[in-house]
Amino acid sequence: MKKISKTSLGGFINYGIVVLAFAALQGLTSMGMLSNSLQSLLVPACCYVVMAVSLNLTVGILGELSLGHAGFMSLGAFSGIVVSILLQEIIPLAPLRLAVSMAAGALAGALGGAVVGVPVLRLQGDYLAIVTLAFGQIIKNIIMVLYVGVDGKGLHVAVKADSFLLAEDGVTIIKGPMGAVGVTRLATFTAGFLLILVTLLVVQNLVNSRAGRAIMALRDNRIAAESVGINVTRYKLMAFVISAALAGAAGALFGLNYSSTVASKFDFNTSILVLVFVVLGGLGSIRDSIIAASLLYVLPELLRSFDVAEYRMLIYAVILILVMLGANNPAAQDFINARFRKKRKTKEGTVK
Amino acid sequence: MSGQQKNNYPKPKLVPVPSTNIIPERDVDKRPILECRHLGIDFGGLTAVDDFNMAIGRTEIAGLIGPNGAGKTTVFNLLTRVYQPTRGTVMIDGRDTAGKSTIQVNHMGVARTFQNIRLFGNLTVEDNVKVGLHEHMRYNAVSGILRLPSYWKREREAHEKALELLSIFDMQDMAGYQAGSLPYGAQRRLEIVRALATKPSLLLLDEPAAGMNPSETAELMNNIRKIRDTFQIAIMLIEHDMNLVMGVCEGICVLNFGRIIAKGTPDDIQANPAVIEAYLGKQKEA
Repeated sequence: MKKISKTSLGGFINYGIVVLAFAALQGLTSMGMLSNSLQSLLVPACCYVVMAVSLNLTVGILGELSLGHAGFMSLGAFSGIVVSILLQEIIPLAPLRLAVSMAAGALAGALGGAVVGVPVLRLQGDYLAIVTLAFGQIIKNIIMVLYVGVDGKGLHVAVKADSFLLAEDGVTIIKGPMGAVGVTRLATFTAGFLLILVTLLVVQNLVNSRAGRAIMALRDNRIAAESVGINVTRYKLMAFVISAALAGAAGALFGLNYSSTVASKFDFNTSILVLVFVVLGGLGSIRDSIIAASLLYVLPELLRSFDVAEYRMLIYAVILILVMLGANNPAAQDFINARFRKKRKTKEGTVK
Repeated sequence: MSGQQKNNYPKPKLVPVPSTNIIPERDVDKRPILECRHLGIDFGGLTAVDDFNMAIGRTEIAGLIGPNGAGKTTVFNLLTRVYQPTRGTVMIDGRDTAGKSTIQVNHMGVARTFQNIRLFGNLTVEDNVKVGLHEHMRYNAVSGILRLPSYWKREREAHEKALELLSIFDMQDMAGYQAGSLPYGAQRRLEIVRALATKPSLLLLDEPAAGMNPSETAELMNNIRKIRDTFQIAIMLIEHDMNLVMGVCEGICVLNFGRIIAKGTPDDIQANPAVIEAYLGKQKEA
């Protein structure tokens, strides 16, 4: 029999890892030991950690495959950018404006999640994967043709350049295929760090509560969950919307980290990248999502600084394959267990 | 209304009809917890269950037996609305379940276990029971995420309640183990505990003794009685182990090819030629 250690301790360890990593990286930055290119990766790395943890809520904890997580990130990014420019005069304090923009991004992500989730989560099987895949593409294509601007009369939204009439003093926020331009870069590493902590708080506390148990119960056995009176649709939707909201907040932070952002940044490849973080880290394990996301995001950039620059994506792919082999190959697992872990008395079941 | 009103219909003579349903005498004054009327389901052209009539008293231990493929589990699935019946009604405590979902039927007081064990395999034993307690430990997701006082209070209550329920089967010590890693017999017992956690008034057990050895079965028999006595609920079980069925059930219903072929006490059933024929085949006439 396999004993499961109570997860509250594990949760604190996760906070600890994040805090230590933040402190170490801040220290390195202030000592000037971190190259500029690496420093520029800190905020996006935070965003991808949040993306991975939030996608893990859908894929690992709820057990539904979502292929459009970047769509929610996109929604969050562009609504966060719009809100930050709208509030430029009302809230002069940058951190507060960033926080409000991230909240707006989370709200946009949650709305998107509800729109996709309400019809689809009633179904079983691969429908969610199909619909979220389409959703990501639809969002990308809508934002590609979207013109958003603000002038004295208020907010203007159009889907064609001709019908987009802005007054002389107006500011264009999203300019169709050119994306969002002229964004004030509000994002900071500290904000990213705080967002990770909030994400951990939400996901970990949710998992260890009544609602989280219901979510995991319907992942493990939907029929049994229904037989004990768990409202399946409700809890699926709850997990999915929370996951989308966190992705939206990460998107807002991501969008506000660059002076310009295009919608094609949040395409299918980005969704798959995040899914790779989650799957390679380990489904359902929040700590492994954090580690996988930060390492795998920074890895290609680290390889750039060596002589092997032109082979970096090749090396990245080889590492991915090795991790996959190592994670799934019984012989490799036995080797790793024998070398690095304490010997277990009983053989564990094949719990994946 | 005047007494002179014309009545074209002839006055019928009322005659007593024998009720096809039987329940223990002690429950006869109370409304039966379960009443099925002409229940039936077709899968395409195949009639899996037909004209199923049954009542269960409020504290009865009832058995549903029959050869393999007779439709016993289908009946359970109809009672819990996993399948929607083609014909007939199911009344739980006098309330019709037409149009209700499995979830709502559970909230009406029906809990079940499964023939092929369906635990939440990755959760701990305790969490499996707590999922069963879900409807009886209300706090919203926000207080869960923010760890408000209601979270701590309800979680502590649920923890105590879960251990109390596990103690029925002496499983308190297993609370921290992963449910999927338990031995087979313990998994079956945990399913019963999880079902009990939803505070049912009718507990449906689908082959609770499957895969158990004789001493475990004997213990299970005692526990089924103990559950009925402690919680004062009705229990209906499907079982192939005739020692258990004849030892613990008060009323037995025999199903063959989707139809009830006999109802009665264990003694009645054992003597019933139709039952013997269903199980052993027809005796050749000499």
